[in-house]
Amino acid sequence: MADTRRLLRVLRRTLLQAVPTVLGIVVLNFFLLKLAPGDAADVMAGEFGAATEETMAMLRRQFGLDVPLLQQLLGYLGTLASGSLGFSPRYNMPVADLIGQRLPGTLLLMGTSIVIALALGVLIGTLMAMTAGRWPDRVLSVTTQFFYSVPGFWVGLMLVVVFSIKLGWLPSGGDRTIGASLAGIDLVLDRLRHLILPATSLALFYVAIYGRLTRAAVLEVSSQDHVRTAAAKGLSPVAVTARHIVRNALIPVTTLAGIHFGGILGGAVVVETVFSWPGLGRLAFESVMRRDFNVLLGVLLLSSLLVIIANTVVDLLHAWLDPRIEVR
Amino acid sequence: MTAVAQSARPRRRSAAARAVRSFLRNPAAVVGVVFLASALAMALAAPWLYPEDPLSMVARPYLWPGQNPRYPLGTDSLGRDVAAGVVWGARISLLVGFSAMAIGVATGILVGSTAGYFGGWIDDLLVRVMEVFQTAPAFLLLIVLVAILSPSVDAVIFGIGVVTWPTIARLVRAEFRAIREKDFVTAARGLGYGHARIIFVEILPNALPPIIVTASVMVATAILMESALSFMGLGDPNQISWGSMIGSGREALRTAWFLTAIPGVAIVVTVLALNLIGDGLNDALNPRLAERE
Repeated sequence: MADTRRLLRVLRRTLLQAVPTVLGIVVLNFFLLKLAPGDAADVMAGEFGAATEETMAMLRRQFGLDVPLLQQLLGYLGTLASGSLGFSPRYNMPVADLIGQRLPGTLLLMGTSIVIALALGVLIGTLMAMTAGRWPDRVLSVTTQFFYSVPGFWVGLMLVVVFSIKLGWLPSGGDRTIGASLAGIDLVLDRLRHLILPATSLALFYVAIYGRLTRAAVLEVSSQDHVRTAAAKGLSPVAVTARHIVRNALIPVTTLAGIHFGGILGGAVVVETVFSWPGLGRLAFESVMRRDFNVLLGVLLLSSLLVIIANTVVDLLHAWLDPRIEVR
Repeated sequence: MTAVAQSARPRRRSAAARAVRSFLRNPAAVVGVVFLASALAMALAAPWLYPEDPLSMVARPYLWPGQNPRYPLGTDSLGRDVAAGVVWGARISLLVGFSAMAIGVATGILVGSTAGYFGGWIDDLLVRVMEVFQTAPAFLLLIVLVAILSPSVDAVIFGIGVVTWPTIARLVRAEFRAIREKDFVTAARGLGYGHARIIFVEILPNALPPIIVTASVMVATAILMESALSFMGLGDPNQISWGSMIGSGREALRTAWFLTAIPGVAIVVTVLALNLIGDGLNDALNPRLAERE
C-alpha cells in the first residue's frame, strides 16, 4: 500500500515535470521548421513543374500557411489540445493515422534491438568481469571497442553483403515477403527473418555500451560484503554471480537503457533507410524532404513523448527495485 | 589564502605530467594516437597526394582494388578513384569531428558553468533547456536542422554542435556544483575576484579532466553522425565524404561491395582511434579508477 502510494507520487511528479519539457519541444520544433526556406506549397509546385501565383496562394490558404506565425503556432497548439496531431495535405490523411501505421514497425525494430543489446551486453560484460585481466576479457574488450566505433548503417550493409548476397540466408530489406499470403507460424518466421539484420545492426553499438557498463558494475558489486557472505555460506560461483552480482549490476544498465531510447530512435532512422523498413524514421525523413511539417512535428512530438515514457518507466522500475533511490 | 591559490598550480602541473606518462604506458591509447595521426597526416597531405578533384572521373568505372596499380583501391560507378576519395574524405570527417566538438564543448561549458556556478532560477531555466534538447531524439533533430539550413559542411558542423552541447553542459554543471563550495573558491571570492575570473581561472581548470575525456568521445560521435548524414544524402554535395561514398557505393552493393566496405573501414579506424584515446585519457586522468582495475 505504502509502496503503491510512493510509486504514484513518483509518477505524478515525473509527469508534471514533463509538461514544460514537451511544451518547449513543440515550440522549439515549430519555430525551427518555420525557419526553413520553402514550405509544402513550394515543394508541391516544384513537383508539378510550374504553378501560378494564384495556385500557390490557394495551396497556402488550404494548408493554413497564409496566416501570421504566432497564429499558426496557437492554431497548432489548439489542435494538439483537442487531442489531434493535425492533417497531412501530402498524404491526405490525419497525421495520427499516418504515424499509427508506421509506429508499430519502429517499436518492433527498437524493442528487438534493445532486447538483443541488453541480453548480449550483460552476457559479454559478465564474462569480461569474471575473467578480468585475462585473455577472454582482452578479446571481448577489443570486440566491444570495435562495436562501439562502427556506424550502424555500415554494419547493416556489410551484413547484407554476407547474409543476403553471398549466403542468401536472409532478406536484404522490407519487413515482410511481398505478395506472400502467410499465416500462423510461417508469418511469424517470415517477420523474424526480416527483423534479424536491421535489429542486429541497430543493436551492436548498445551491446558495446552495456557490455562495458556491466563489466564495471559487476566488478564493483563483486567486492561488496553481501557477495562475500553469499560465497562464504557455500553457494556455487554461478549462483553467486547470477543471483547476487548480476542482479545488482543491472540497475545502472537499465538506467542507461532508458536514456538511450532517444538515441536508438535516431539510429532507427538510418537503419530503416538501409533496410527500407517501413517505420517512423523513414516517415520523418520523407516529411523533411517534402516540407510536410505537420507530419514532422507529430513525429518529433511523439518520439519525445516516447523518450519521456521510457525514462518514467525506468524511474518507476528503480523506485520499485530499490526503495533507497529517491527519484530525481 | 594566497597560499591555497598558489599551491594548487604546481600540483596541477605534476598531475598533468603523471597523466601523460600513464597515458603513454597504455598500449591501446598509443595505438589510437598512431591511427589518428595517420588519418590527420592523410587529411593534410590530400592536396599533394591527389591534386585532382576527388569527384572527377579518372578511369574506367568499377575497377576492383588491385586490378590497376594506378588505382590501388579501385574506382566507383562513375570511374572516380576510391583511394583519392578516402584521402579527401579524411579531411571532411576530421574537420567536422573537431569543429563540431569545439562548438559543442564551448557552448556546453558556457551554459553548464553558468547553471552550476550561479544556481537558483538561472540553473532551473538552463536545466529545462537542456532537458528539451536531450528529450528530442538527437539524430532526428540533426536531420531537421541540416535539411533546413540546406546541406553544407558548415550546416553539418553547426547542427552536430547544437545537438551535442547538452552532454557537456550537464557534466560541467555537475562539476561546478561540486567544486563551487570548496575552500579555494571561497578564498577566491573573499579576495574579491569577479565571477568570470572565478569561473574560468579558478573552477574550470579543476573540472577539465572529465571534459577532456568526453570531448574526445564527442569527436568520435560527430564523425559517426556526419557519416550517417552524408550517407542519407544530407552531406555537402560538393565535398566527398566517407558517408557519401558509402551512400553511392550502396547502389552497387551486389556487384561491387568493396565500394561500400572501404570507406566504412576508414570510418571505423578513425572512430576506434578516438575511442581508444578517450579510454586512455579516462584511465590516465582518473588514477584512482585505473589502480582498482
